[in-house]
Amino acid sequence: MSVAPLVALRGVGKRFASGVRALDGLDLEVGAREFLSLLGPSGCGKSTALRLVAGLAEPSEGRIEWAGGAASRAPGEIGFVFQEPTLMPWASALANAMLPMRLAGVGRAEAEARAAAALAAVGLSGFEHAVPRELSGGMRMRVSIARALATRPRILLMDEPFAALDEITRWKLNDDLLALWAAQRFTVVFVTHSVFESVYLSQRVVAMTARPGRAAGEVRLDEPAPREPGFRTSARYAAQCREVSGLLAAATAEAAP
Amino acid sequence: MTPRRRVARVLAPLLLGALALAGWEAAVAAWAIPPYILPGPALVARTMVAEWPGLRDAAWVTLGITAMALAAAVVLGVALAVVFAQSRWIEDALFPYAVVLQVTPVVAIAPLVIIWTRNDVVLALLVCAWIVAFFPILSNTTIGLRAVDRNLEDLFRLSGASRMQTLLRLRLPSALPYFFAGLRVSGGLALIGAVVAEFVAGTGGSASGLAYVILESGYRLQIPKMFAALALVSAIGIAIFLLLGLVAHLALRRWHETAGAGEDP
Repeated sequence: MSVAPLVALRGVGKRFASGVRALDGLDLEVGAREFLSLLGPSGCGKSTALRLVAGLAEPSEGRIEWAGGAASRAPGEIGFVFQEPTLMPWASALANAMLPMRLAGVGRAEAEARAAAALAAVGLSGFEHAVPRELSGGMRMRVSIARALATRPRILLMDEPFAALDEITRWKLNDDLLALWAAQRFTVVFVTHSVFESVYLSQRVVAMTARPGRAAGEVRLDEPAPREPGFRTSARYAAQCREVSGLLAAATAEAAP
Repeated sequence: MTPRRRVARVLAPLLLGALALAGWEAAVAAWAIPPYILPGPALVARTMVAEWPGLRDAAWVTLGITAMALAAAVVLGVALAVVFAQSRWIEDALFPYAVVLQVTPVVAIAPLVIIWTRNDVVLALLVCAWIVAFFPILSNTTIGLRAVDRNLEDLFRLSGASRMQTLLRLRLPSALPYFFAGLRVSGGLALIGAVVAEFVAGTGGSASGLAYVILESGYRLQIPKMFAALALVSAIGIAIFLLLGLVAHLALRRWHETAGAGEDP
């Protein structure tokens, strides 16, 4: 990679207390401002890799290097979006989006202003005082993204965030995420098991082998963000999906006994 | 819930109650049952009015002890649950003793409590009612404090939240529905504890509650008064149940399923 990576995983392995090896010798470099997708079958350790990058778990082997040293992992530098919206059900959308800032000691007024701006950026103006129960699944995920972006993180880690949404909502969120990424230029590591989603979103797709997971290969994609209209039905998109599918099939076959 | 369903939920039990009372009155009249065996509801009502000052004072005593015991159960139950939630070690060490308190019948402990409280009867009743009432709050709140969304817990860790922040902003709110479920049970138990303890302790004197009225009326064969006191105990129990249901509903209605339509007080 030509640019110095923002974060690099070097020979990272993760073995759980149960003895399960989730990752084995995972090498991965994530460039600053890159949109990278980790693609692989369920249970290949993609989510584990993301949790290791976030610092929610420690690798059993290997190491994770940050460009700016340990300070890059300070609260607020990493945004995390979980598979589920993971909102506090008792708190309004605004209070949910304010949470990481409030926990980090940001004053109420400033946190409120930044959270409101983040909610507006994901298209939720007017819903600041709704509680999660009053919002649709897609809107809840939008709150979750707003919460992750409100701290202005350098890197956004997303763990199959749209897997539970219907296709129409997912496509809309794909486009909105790309627009946010293009506007704010944060780094994204996007975990998914959808070839189509990974190709649509990313600059680079890394396919992982089945458990224990490691990087099996990658495909570079260079599409302007936001995607031009009709990209989803274009021949180029289809060709790229075919290429990534082939890569994924090879990665899966490689690991099969 | 539709308005019709709402009306039915209030009207149906009232109608059934009215029918039962009418049947009871008719049966007492038809078989000429003497009032010292079974007084009719009309006679009970008349007795309630005639004996009101004494019954009212006794009801206040019982209600006061119940309320204080419940308040103590809430404070100590939640405080202990928070301590339990800090470490499995503490919970493992203390929980069996909480269970011992719970499973030992209050009737059996009451005489000891009376001795230990040096014949301060109100305090003795309070302690007995508290012993009965605090366990559901403790166990429910303990479960609630642990039943936290794992991802939210991770989010708090990522944000560098302190233990105290996690407790106040995540664990306690998560535990609220569990706490309220325990509180409803404890409300009923506090009343039972207060009444049972008074039966055992036999207050007498200035601070006698409804249990004492029931005992005394029994000895004197004033069965209508006994029924009147019994009705008041039930009324207090129902009032506590409805009040706690209302509080839970108001606290949770915006976000929790248990406060949905089915739980309208």
